[in-house]
Amino acid sequence: MAVVSTRSGRLGNRIAIAVVIVVTLIFLSPIYWITTTAFKPLVQATSVPPSVLFEPQITPFVKLFTKRAQLTAPVAPEVYEAAPWWERLVLDGGERLARDGKGDVVFSAYPDRFINSLIIAITSTILAVSMGTITAYGFSRFRVKGEADLLFFILSTRMLPPIVVAIPMFLMYRAVGLNDTHVGLIILYTAFNVSFAVWLMKGFMDEIPKEYEEAALVDGYTRMQAFFKIVLPEAATGIAATAVFCFITAWNEYAFALILTNRRAQTAPPFIPSQIGTGLQDWTVIAAGTVLFLIPVAIFTFLLRNHLLRGMSFGAIRK
Amino acid sequence: MARIRLDKVSKRFGVHTAVSDLSIDVADGEFFVLLGPTGAGKTTTLRMIAGLEKPSAGSIYIDDENVDAWGPAERDVALVLQQYSLYPRLSVRENLAFPLRSNVRKMSQPDIDKRIDYASKTLRITHLLDRKTDRLSGGEMQRVSIGRAIVREPKVFLMDEPLSALDAKLREALRSELKDLQMRLGATFIFVTHDQVEAMTMGDRIAVLNKGRIVQVGTPRDVYTNPRDTFVASFVGSPAINLLPGSLAGDVASVAQAFEMPITRSAAVEGPVTFGIRPEDVEVTAGAPNEARIHDVENHGIEKIVTLRVGENLMRAAVPARVEVKVEEAVRFSWNPDKVMLFDAKTGLNLRGQAA
Repeated sequence: MAVVSTRSGRLGNRIAIAVVIVVTLIFLSPIYWITTTAFKPLVQATSVPPSVLFEPQITPFVKLFTKRAQLTAPVAPEVYEAAPWWERLVLDGGERLARDGKGDVVFSAYPDRFINSLIIAITSTILAVSMGTITAYGFSRFRVKGEADLLFFILSTRMLPPIVVAIPMFLMYRAVGLNDTHVGLIILYTAFNVSFAVWLMKGFMDEIPKEYEEAALVDGYTRMQAFFKIVLPEAATGIAATAVFCFITAWNEYAFALILTNRRAQTAPPFIPSQIGTGLQDWTVIAAGTVLFLIPVAIFTFLLRNHLLRGMSFGAIRK
Repeated sequence: MARIRLDKVSKRFGVHTAVSDLSIDVADGEFFVLLGPTGAGKTTTLRMIAGLEKPSAGSIYIDDENVDAWGPAERDVALVLQQYSLYPRLSVRENLAFPLRSNVRKMSQPDIDKRIDYASKTLRITHLLDRKTDRLSGGEMQRVSIGRAIVREPKVFLMDEPLSALDAKLREALRSELKDLQMRLGATFIFVTHDQVEAMTMGDRIAVLNKGRIVQVGTPRDVYTNPRDTFVASFVGSPAINLLPGSLAGDVASVAQAFEMPITRSAAVEGPVTFGIRPEDVEVTAGAPNEARIHDVENHGIEKIVTLRVGENLMRAAVPARVEVKVEEAVRFSWNPDKVMLFDAKTGLNLRGQAA
């Protein structure tokens, strides 16, 4: 009996592992696709059937960070010889780099947009998670009149897709001068994420025995001190999980960013597709922009992975 | 150390009344037990004394000072809970130091060390000081959480079923340790439990609670021998008291239309009553006046608890362990006429002033 059950257990394990591998491959395939596209020559990027073997090149990344114009005439050999290696890559593709009056290369807006994305996503995540944590603590620990209705109301802000409210938001933002500002998007993303943060954090807060804080209260600490000394460290896992969710939402948000920003405060998501190119559709540049855009989320998630593993199983913190 | 007084305290949660009109007076240095079943309002009472709940009505006094407006930190009470009583992520030493570092105390490190040293020696937990709390056994955890109360030298120790989560052997050991500790410290203890054995063995006085009200306050002996009503009678004592319906005419009790026995009278009662007789006051002997059959035998080692069947009624009796009895065997029994309690058949109230 024991042998049989062990064998079937092993078989079950193997099947589980096989399924996990297959699912992971399916999930990773778009990332593989976009990453290889970012390093492909343009011709191969759009070839049908797709080319699997290619000579990787970083031309798309050079293009991503620069402004370019179509070459109208072949470039003179001495100019080509004098150009640095990365400029030659662009010249090889039939384009030249745009230069300002002093002859310096003009950078594209991508770094600025990327930094905008970082500022807006990080700030709104910090705000949403801290507000959500405090609110969830209140709901979890105190008798709040109409608690269920209030919680439903908080969640209801998430029930309309952003695109539905984007136009009214645009009109209101224009009226108060928040259009195309960092503050405008931060407020919006915070408001959008706080409902989610409250609900997630409430689940985690409910799991922390209130006896801990009560012991601290009796031991001579204020409610605030008990919250910071006892509750917050216990809620770290939940806070990390919530922060990852909020950050990803804010980082990926497209509709509001597209409508409410155009230059100064524009984030990377609406900017990347706008780089599709002049004259021809340069998918490799888009892919390069996207690959770089994936990195912060990957790093953030990786840093918090230990918390996430426990946090994703919602609640099973202890016991 | 302090005297604790509750004056007509009530607590309502919405429409539910958890505690109503409760008055107790705990003397300085007393081991006072709040005993009752789940939902009797014991924990709520304790939490009101600690300042974690505000009474809906009534007042609480610590050393004759009204503390209604005081927060938990100001009351200088220590609380020991059944579980989750230690701060996670902190070592035993940090747990013990935690209350001493709060703003209301702000003790210096040498003083803290002195207190921790004293408490850990008292409770024999010195070897655990540098352990994390998640690597302690249940008994060690409760010792540490009692230690966290001791280091504070509080006015009063509040304990909410501190032994309930422990296994039987450990509970027994800690029971006598706690009582011993309380006597050595000379401290006021208010101890909540649903376990009548804990109440009987540790308490100087017991308050029996039911449905948010105090039913009886008295010494363990008082509560045991002279329960105020059938609730207290059946809640206190193990094995439980026998409560049998019947009627009384003169000195003769006729019980459950099954047998008649004399009782020692001390009150003018006639007619239908509920008789209460503790198992140890039922005697199973050859020459006794009444016959019964053995329904069940429980061997407790030190004695046997036999359940007698008399007509339709069951009745427990404690007999010495050496007595040989078999199930369905016919035996004869009597009771100690001095120890029979009389309760009102309708209200359940004790009808005797004193049951000797």
